[in-house]
Amino acid sequence: MAERILKNISSRGLKNAVKGNEYRREASISYGILIGGYILFQILAAAGLIGHNLQGQFVPICVYISLAVSLNLVVGISGELSLGHAGFMAVGAFSGILMSRILGQSMSFEPAIIIISMLFGALIASLAGFVIGIPILGLRGDYLAIVTLAFGEIIRNFMNVLYFGFDGNGRLRFAFNHTIEGVENNDRIITGAIGATGTKTMATFTWGLLLCLFTVFIVLNLKNSKQGRAIMSIRDNRIAGESIGLDVRKYKLMAFVVSAALAGMAGCLFGLNYSTLVPVKFNFNTSVLILVFVVLGGVGNIWGGIIAAALLTVLPETFRQFADYRMLTYAIVLILVMICTYNPAIKARITGIWAKINPVKKKSGSSGKGKGKKSRKGAA
Amino acid sequence: MADKKDMRDERHDIDISDSGHAYENRQEIYYNDNVGGRAVFVDSKEQYDPDEPYNDQVFIPEKDRDKAPILQVKNLGIDFGGLTAVDNFNLTLGRTEIGGLIGPNGAGKTTIFNMLTKVYEPTRGEIFFDGKSTKGMTTVDINKAGMARTFQNIRLFDKLTVEENIKVALHHTTNYGLIDGMLHTPKYRHEEFRIRKEAMKYLKIFGMTKTADYRAGSLPYGAQRRLEIMRALATKPKLLLLDEPAAGMNPSETSELMETIREIRDRFQIAVFLIEHDMSLVMGICEGIVVLNYGRVIAKGWPEEIQSNPKVIEAYLGKSRGKMEEEEEKEKADIEKALRKGRLESAASGKPDRKEGE
Repeated sequence: MAERILKNISSRGLKNAVKGNEYRREASISYGILIGGYILFQILAAAGLIGHNLQGQFVPICVYISLAVSLNLVVGISGELSLGHAGFMAVGAFSGILMSRILGQSMSFEPAIIIISMLFGALIASLAGFVIGIPILGLRGDYLAIVTLAFGEIIRNFMNVLYFGFDGNGRLRFAFNHTIEGVENNDRIITGAIGATGTKTMATFTWGLLLCLFTVFIVLNLKNSKQGRAIMSIRDNRIAGESIGLDVRKYKLMAFVVSAALAGMAGCLFGLNYSTLVPVKFNFNTSVLILVFVVLGGVGNIWGGIIAAALLTVLPETFRQFADYRMLTYAIVLILVMICTYNPAIKARITGIWAKINPVKKKSGSSGKGKGKKSRKGAA
Repeated sequence: MADKKDMRDERHDIDISDSGHAYENRQEIYYNDNVGGRAVFVDSKEQYDPDEPYNDQVFIPEKDRDKAPILQVKNLGIDFGGLTAVDNFNLTLGRTEIGGLIGPNGAGKTTIFNMLTKVYEPTRGEIFFDGKSTKGMTTVDINKAGMARTFQNIRLFDKLTVEENIKVALHHTTNYGLIDGMLHTPKYRHEEFRIRKEAMKYLKIFGMTKTADYRAGSLPYGAQRRLEIMRALATKPKLLLLDEPAAGMNPSETSELMETIREIRDRFQIAVFLIEHDMSLVMGICEGIVVLNYGRVIAKGWPEEIQSNPKVIEAYLGKSRGKMEEEEEKEKADIEKALRKGRLESAASGKPDRKEGE
């Protein structure tokens, strides 16, 4: 029977049907890109081939990579559209900065401060994800997207009225919507719309790499575990998932919370990269930017997201003189990606080109279908 | 009233609000079909007192009579808006019985499955699964209690591999937490190794171990159906509900499937309840059969009895067996007339009138 099935499959030309060791391949490609990119950038920077501006983007690139990977958990693996990822990033950033300042009073060992701050940021962001997730995960599709969008904006506006600072005795004080009594200017941590000021910038490229590696490690491991399988099966078929006893809300919430925690962690490193951080940085545009990384890299495709995040941060920096056209270019690129991945004629052309480049694949009979399939999967 | 009916006959339309008349007509026809008191069972309000405990122990196979039945359904019914989709449905299924549910398209068979698995909440009646009422349970609870099903339109996890589809079904027997899953601890590795072996064991039932790494969505139709059965089985059910398991299979595949269903029952000692249009399968493996039409049970019995009842055959299987005697011809003509009157045929299946051709 198995032979017949195999024969049937090959006669239908479904060469890409075999998934095999996809997880292992995905993991090695992802880690390879991250470590390779890190080494490449370090060498280029040491050789003086990278401008000062771009060097300043190293940490943000890593942060965006890890945000793209964590958003992929919700968009790609759980199959829900979330437009509030910057909100969780903001929660992580400000709570992380707060923690780093508190620890900074008594500690001077930076790695410990960074790690504890990031974990704290992740914790607070995951709590936010949990609180938000419970009521909204009964929603589906567009409705969920709208609510997450609103949540992102609420977080940003909440940050606008949040005041934190140390008073004369070094005690932490906080207030809403007015300056805190007894807090000197240079003892302020978070000052409403002005944001976090006086943060000691501790983030380095190496920390960025570690963050990326950790995020990819968690997401890929989760994907290849019983929880990940449950999340993906609910995405593929909710009713069938229920029929085999999977609690739909629990697993959707799980994906949402883990994603929020990872975003909080990335946000924390982002916060520790700037001495001043304004809440307006975490607006809707940032959420969309992260979503653009995910879509451009291929929904559900981890390493695609890594490349997209890196490219879309490096390119605007390199072509700064054309900054006015950036949003225009994004729109055109996204439209082109969607047209190209769904248009059979263009797909066939790409397939043809791919087959020329890759004659070995053609020989083995797969006729270069891989490219078309991959890109289709990407936009699905 | 009669004039009105005739007028509608001419138009040949399907009036849902009028379906009550169809019930009445049908009951007129089948009411006197009590062959030997039990062979063909006429389900009508006169025969039941909803207050009295319903007992049709006689319809479960002898081997299961000393055990408590796995499933007891009492006076089950559901309304969608003003339309009664299923009414007064009663069933007792033995512990290791293979039961069949047949009837024309739109008779309400899948609706009954959906009520059993709580996709729909029944409007009336009660379901006792393994002796416990399933009132207030959700689909998830039902599965955990030990009822697993397949779907008429295949519902696999298309983007997961065949093996993963089984592993998902083994979810509740996989013992590790989220932290183990995220960090791939030794506990994770140990458990994954164990369930991989177990998944292979299930795949072996249908000889599909070679396709373990294929995406489920890329399998041919018949293989997808088999995978769905295995996935249901992997949740370790006490009762397996199969919704048209042989749909889209060729005769040799169907007979293979028949053997496998019987094997599954013997090996796991579970009950199977299946909906199927392929009569060779139903008559081949089912120990008890319920015939449904317009949401009501019109006949119950052993396969031979259902098979040998000319009216059931005529109305629901569309098969004619040998030459009818003149008397029967006449009776048949009467039935047809009555059927047309009730617009049973047109409403039931939308198929062309099969009787004329055969």
